[in-house]
Amino acid sequence: MAGFSSPVNGSANPLSMALDLIISFDPNLVEIVALSLYVSLTAVLIAGVIGLPLGAALAVMRFPGRKCAIIFLNALMGLPPVFIGLTVYVVLSRSGPLGALGILFTPTAMIIAQTILITPIIAALSRQICEALYEIYREQLRSLGAKSGNIILTLLWDARVALLTAMMAGFGRAIAEVGAVFIVGGNIAHFTRVMTTAIALETSKGNLALAMALGLILVLLAVGVNAAASLLGVSADLSDRTR
Amino acid sequence: MTILPLVLEKIVYQIGGRTLLKCNLEIESGPATVILGPNGAGKSIFLRICHGLLRPSEGRILWLGQRDENTQLKQAMVFQKPVMLRRSVAANIAFGLRLHGFRGEKQDHRVQETLDRIGLQKFAQRAAYSLSGGEQQRLALGRAWALNPDVLFLDEPTANLDPGSTAAVESLIEDIQDAGTKIVMTTHDLGQAKRLGHDIIFLYQGSLLERAPADKFFTEPESPEAKGFMEGALFWSR
Amino acid sequence: MAVAIIFFSYPGSSKAESLILASTTSTENSGLFNFVLPKFEKATDITVRVIASGTGQALRMAENGDADVLIVHHPESEKKFVADGFGVQRHLLMYNDFIIVGPKADPARVRISGRAISAFAAISSKSALFASRGDESGTHKSENDLWRAARIDPKGARWYLSLGAGMGAVLNTAIGMNAYTLSDRATWAAFRNKAEHTILVEKDPVLFNQYSVIMVNPRRHPHVNAEAAARFIEWLLSETGQNLIREFQIHGEQMFFPNARVATSN
Repeated sequence: MAGFSSPVNGSANPLSMALDLIISFDPNLVEIVALSLYVSLTAVLIAGVIGLPLGAALAVMRFPGRKCAIIFLNALMGLPPVFIGLTVYVVLSRSGPLGALGILFTPTAMIIAQTILITPIIAALSRQICEALYEIYREQLRSLGAKSGNIILTLLWDARVALLTAMMAGFGRAIAEVGAVFIVGGNIAHFTRVMTTAIALETSKGNLALAMALGLILVLLAVGVNAAASLLGVSADLSDRTR
Repeated sequence: MTILPLVLEKIVYQIGGRTLLKCNLEIESGPATVILGPNGAGKSIFLRICHGLLRPSEGRILWLGQRDENTQLKQAMVFQKPVMLRRSVAANIAFGLRLHGFRGEKQDHRVQETLDRIGLQKFAQRAAYSLSGGEQQRLALGRAWALNPDVLFLDEPTANLDPGSTAAVESLIEDIQDAGTKIVMTTHDLGQAKRLGHDIIFLYQGSLLERAPADKFFTEPESPEAKGFMEGALFWSR
Repeated sequence: MAVAIIFFSYPGSSKAESLILASTTSTENSGLFNFVLPKFEKATDITVRVIASGTGQALRMAENGDADVLIVHHPESEKKFVADGFGVQRHLLMYNDFIIVGPKADPARVRISGRAISAFAAISSKSALFASRGDESGTHKSENDLWRAARIDPKGARWYLSLGAGMGAVLNTAIGMNAYTLSDRATWAAFRNKAEHTILVEKDPVLFNQYSVIMVNPRRHPHVNAEAAARFIEWLLSETGQNLIREFQIHGEQMFFPNARVATSN
């Protein structure tokens, strides 16, 4: 059966509802959680591949208009998700320029929208982090004969723990947003329904306790992923203590 | 074939209208050149202009020896505060080597050789970060030495170290010199200048006041500022 | 490359046949589709992907070619849609009715009037809060028809809350603000946050609510999955589909009344 089974006697305690859903591995919940993780983690990965080097490059390279580029990038962090969703929708619509791809109302469209949303965040944070490290490394790297490309790679590796935190910031933004994924995904049951759109749907059906329970699970999810990332960061670099 | 001699031709370095350095001199190959002077004399600026980290406001740097695109690669520098990369001791050494074209076996061999020379073999896989100040500076020296530079610039390399580490670092510097690298070093430590220096350049308030071989400079300094410096008088240069 | 693998192996992007059905929040929120569609999918192996928006948005989506088939409920707009060449044919599917819900206390004395148009007049004259869909949906358009019939223009009035939201969200707001609103019976029956609100006017003939199913014109948008859409419509109009619609109940009450005809009307 599609849709969550709400308790008939209306036990309106979100906490116990949440526990019930988790312990019983409610199939709807599992499906929605899996899709949420798939969409947002993929978006974070792609955004990281684009944004981390972009930020590092901005930190290292000097070119006319660099200050403007940095201001612009920082401003992009504030792009409203719903606006991004709308733009992607218009582009991917059958009557839009990329309509022939037929990917509107699919998880792919959701990934695209979220990637656009979080790439500026990751890039801007990467720029900040790499620039701080570059200040310390600059003379030594130049002395050793490193060129821009090598410097960028060195900064990305040496700042890996802080950059992982930047990725987590991006993930947090992605997993929590509802505007973009609703518009480009359509909240289709078993196909493009994620945690946030499910919460919106249950709220609109008046199932407030269930919506709240899903919200609690979403928070748990976000905390869990962040905790896992922190452990990764700690184990990868045990002796990394800031100066 | 060395890239020396180095000519600083009518060099002027200015920031915001103030002249921080003005000099015109030549550095030849041979035993160590030590740049001496009180804080703020312009020693660090001098060194950075030589090594190409700073561009002079006027004048130019000329390497009159073998000149090709590798001039930068035949120099190395060690800073007052060692800059450790966030990786192992061995990887720090390997980093510079890779930039200079060392790969595979050749790289491994040179890394091992360097670790032996600087006495840090047992720290090879330790995070460079976790070393003490003196050990980090030895690593920085090793990292530079591994590249077999014609010239090694050192900017107050022991200013932050205790006497024991200072002695170890000075001993390494002498080893590097014996192996054929020209040492160009700044210091405000008179004792160190006496121990390591052969060609003394005395800078004061951005100008070259005196230049002489060590034995002459330390016994018969000519300028009153040099005399005052050596008598340990308080000279605030700015 | 790993990303590409993830893309293609994820369930949902498989090669199974699928159909995009653009419909209304009223049919989705009531739970009708959850009840009816799985039986179709089992019988035909065609996955129906439901996008619930409003009638107006669904029609526009179809005009752009982003849907294969529609189930909507505003006859005037549907007829225009087909006449303009965007839809193949309009098939009557099922009907139910609208209701006026409001606070039990009923400050505008709406219940007494017993008729929809006079209820709207009463709300306007008492300046009682009214929550409108405001989103060009079928319900919204029907609401507008009622205001027109009452010869009232509520736009801009301080008691008229144009929300631009789906039925459920509007119900939430109406209840929160102690306002009246026009809802379809099915969404209201399934709604679980009714608080002190109740049905005040019902069973007035003007509150009749007809749903139709329309295939998006493949001549206009060649990528439309016309074959699957045709099978879907045929199934819905068949005895099987119509019976299922009849069997769907909320709290033991039938919500939708199938009224497909063999000869389709326009």
